[in-house]
Amino acid sequence: MLAFILRRLWQMLPTMAGVVLLVFLLFNWVGGDPAYILAGKMSDAEAIANIRRQLGVDQPYHVQLWIFVKQILTFDFGNSWATGESVANIMATRLGPSLTVLIPLTILETVFGIALALAIAFVRGSLTDRAVMVACTVGMSISILVYIIVFQYGLAYKLGLFPVQGWGASLGENLLRYAPLPILIGLAVTIAPTLRLYRSFVLDEVGQDYVRTARAKGLPERRIMWVHVLRNAAIPIITHVMANLPALLIGAFLLERFFGIPGIGREVILAVERSDFPVIKAITVYVAAATMIFNLLTDLLYQAVDPRVQLT
Amino acid sequence: MTHHPASPGLWALAWRRLRADRVAMVALAVVALFLAMLALSSAGLVAADWEKEVGVNYAPPSFIGAQDSFLAGAAGRRAGPPPPNAFDPLAEDIAQLRAQAGAALAPEPRRETLPFGADKWGHDVVKKTIKGGETSIVVGLVAALLAVSLGTLFGALSGYFGGVVDDVFNWFYSIFTSIPSILMILTVAAVLQQRGVMTIVLILGLTGWTGPYRLMRAEYMKHKAREYVMAADAIGASHMRKMFAHIFPNVSHVALVQMSILVVGFIKAEVILSFLGFGVPVGVVSWGSMLNEAQNELILGKWWQLTAAASAMALLVTAFSLFTDALRDALDPKLK
Repeated sequence: MLAFILRRLWQMLPTMAGVVLLVFLLFNWVGGDPAYILAGKMSDAEAIANIRRQLGVDQPYHVQLWIFVKQILTFDFGNSWATGESVANIMATRLGPSLTVLIPLTILETVFGIALALAIAFVRGSLTDRAVMVACTVGMSISILVYIIVFQYGLAYKLGLFPVQGWGASLGENLLRYAPLPILIGLAVTIAPTLRLYRSFVLDEVGQDYVRTARAKGLPERRIMWVHVLRNAAIPIITHVMANLPALLIGAFLLERFFGIPGIGREVILAVERSDFPVIKAITVYVAAATMIFNLLTDLLYQAVDPRVQLT
Repeated sequence: MTHHPASPGLWALAWRRLRADRVAMVALAVVALFLAMLALSSAGLVAADWEKEVGVNYAPPSFIGAQDSFLAGAAGRRAGPPPPNAFDPLAEDIAQLRAQAGAALAPEPRRETLPFGADKWGHDVVKKTIKGGETSIVVGLVAALLAVSLGTLFGALSGYFGGVVDDVFNWFYSIFTSIPSILMILTVAAVLQQRGVMTIVLILGLTGWTGPYRLMRAEYMKHKAREYVMAADAIGASHMRKMFAHIFPNVSHVALVQMSILVVGFIKAEVILSFLGFGVPVGVVSWGSMLNEAQNELILGKWWQLTAAASAMALLVTAFSLFTDALRDALDPKLK
């Protein structure tokens, strides 16, 4: 087990190095000279030279790359160009609000997705099944923007059931007052693709021999579904949920932007709008690292759920 | 000698299966309709004059009837010249300028209602939706073509040659997949700094090649050891010829399905990018920029632009997705 983890971590190194190199190339080579962005329109040659010296972009490329690597290893990306806040502080304070929305959303999405997928699998091939699948396709075709605009307008602005936007200081207030509507919208957007995917996972299992055996020994269909099939279908479901977590952190950026939630996703949007390179660089590198770590965790969890899986 | 009728090929069989699928044919008809509209509008035959301000501001759809709200009144007043002001020091100059400009600038009569309403400036929403669709669909198609071409090229090299080449491309693949695609898109958007239709196509195309790459690589690995490739090898075909003249026609259906999956994803992505202001430049209309305007209009109760853009997009994407599903089933009957 330990050997497996160590080897996987070792294998991550070249990928991580590639990510660092890619981000470096994008920002230091494709992106052009950041001094012109920083100095703004009213800049003279001296100001630009000064900024270039501070950022180290007057150094040769290999020195700049080393500066970047040191920044990553020491978690010190300097300060945001737009606000002057330290990037480490931005990352730390924006994570909480993101998770306040994402953790309940992920739990609800998974629970509803599994329950609905099993229910649909009961009536597979029927008119209900096909109608629900077509409804899912239509639901997935509507832009997430439309869901957000319409729900925010209808439920919050017109009916006043939720605050239109905002974010408080305490976790309880956020969770009960500000987070429910974004979570509801997130659920409405994700339930269709989730249901389609989980249904296919469940249907893959329904045709297996062990299901026939369970039926042959007279188990009720309900028990077959909720115990036997579910335990087997859980394996791909876990992979799906775990592997998607880091992407979700960014993926909720539209919700965060519309509802004024000070999370990681909104920070990315703001940083892109303001050309705030240190923030984007830091978030990209750490999200990539998180994705790799979560892939490893997924494999470990995989083995915990399915004893047939041998980690080699 | 008996004459054997030529057995139908993969494409003929797939088309036969597709024709039997009623949902697929309806979906195909809808997609074809959108593509025809796209061709007409890019040729300048339809919606070329979408920028003409033909209606009053926020003119409602005809089936609702003319509005009598405050806004309509304001728009109506603004249409005529303001009452003369005795103290206006520029009055004479302006009168002269007006006379010079002559009838060319005379305000055209604006319509109170339009078939599906008007936006803030009085543009016809139907024409605007068609024009916006042109941008969104073209971006989706071209970016998907770019992504699938890249994915196919990389996948072919990787799967066919194996070894070090494969390792290098796999390294690229693991790098690109460890950054969530939306973050990758936003990062590239931040770096490129300039907005334009070409920029979005590049962003989406350069970040979207990983899915096709993985599948094409697997297909090439499977096919390179087959007899027909060995036969091609025996007659001295070059690597390039074997890869793209012999193997590619046999795996092109995978590329086609991948492409139609990507078109749907890229149309959605373009809409989000343009909505956020990282997409099409000012002056170019797309479904995303329409939704951006519609967001503020909705608070004023003007729902028609939102409805038009959202339903046009939903209709196209639904049809395209249903068609893609059917296409995949038709091309790969073993699946299902």
